Amino acid sequence: MALDPSFVGRTYPPTDPYVVGREKVREFADAIGATGAEGAAFRDVAAAKALGHPDVVAPPTFAVILATLSSQVLIDDPELGLDFSRVVHGDQRFAYTRPIRAGDRLVCTVVVDEIMTRAGNDFLTTRTDVATEDGEPVVQVWTRLVARAE
Amino acid sequence: MTPGQVLEPRTYRVTRADLVRYAGASGDFNPIHWNDRTAVAVGLPGVIAHGMYTMALAGRAVTSWIGDPGAWIEYGVRFARPVVVPDDDEGTEVVVTGVVKTVEDSLARIDLTVTCGGEKVLAQARATVRV
Repeated sequence: MALDPSFVGRTYPPTDPYVVGREKVREFADAIGATGAEGAAFRDVAAAKALGHPDVVAPPTFAVILATLSSQVLIDDPELGLDFSRVVHGDQRFAYTRPIRAGDRLVCTVVVDEIMTRAGNDFLTTRTDVATEDGEPVVQVWTRLVARAE
Repeated sequence: MTPGQVLEPRTYRVTRADLVRYAGASGDFNPIHWNDRTAVAVGLPGVIAHGMYTMALAGRAVTSWIGDPGAWIEYGVRFARPVVVPDDDEGTEVVVTGVVKTVEDSLARIDLTVTCGGEKVLAQARATVRV
């Protein structure tokens, strides 16, 4: 089933704030194996401050948690026509204004960037603009999903 | 960092336990990352790593080269091939190498090569970082 191309350009209302906790950052850093000295700035406030950050910073791919949560409303929309059982992750890109850090209250705005079909495969690209509650931009996240041909 | 510089390869072992831990921390509970039956049913050779887990490992390599995990400007990859993780204690290995392409205005662009079993698993993998 092809995706509904009329979704392109659709912008979803900003999400409720996601509050970044030190323990969540630590858990994520542990899960990617960034332990010990390598992960100091992810778990130790003093180590993060020594690098000029006001609190512990999150690893660069942490923002995908927020992008996934905030785009769920689109992915689950039956009108879009995405068969999630056929979906694989195609591309992923981040553009950072600054690192996410503990204490951030982050609001996400999801935009449907592109929808196309090639050789029976459906491509869906979303952009998630992540900013603080006060409007300071933090990171933009592009995710391309591919629903493979049946 | 100087253009053309080859960065020291990093090798990361990936086991099923790592995927379970990553699923919990990231919230991505797609069963193709922990359940062989589901993985095989959708045409995969077996359980595969989350693409974002592989991207995170390549990110660790970059951070290890530059020192500051907060220096990221841009990071992008294409998931070219799945990382199949066998159900044993050995798991598999992901190897990350990098070459500095350009250094301008304190920004370094690094091209990454990420392989598993000698095959590229990420394509167009690039990081831009402040150095």
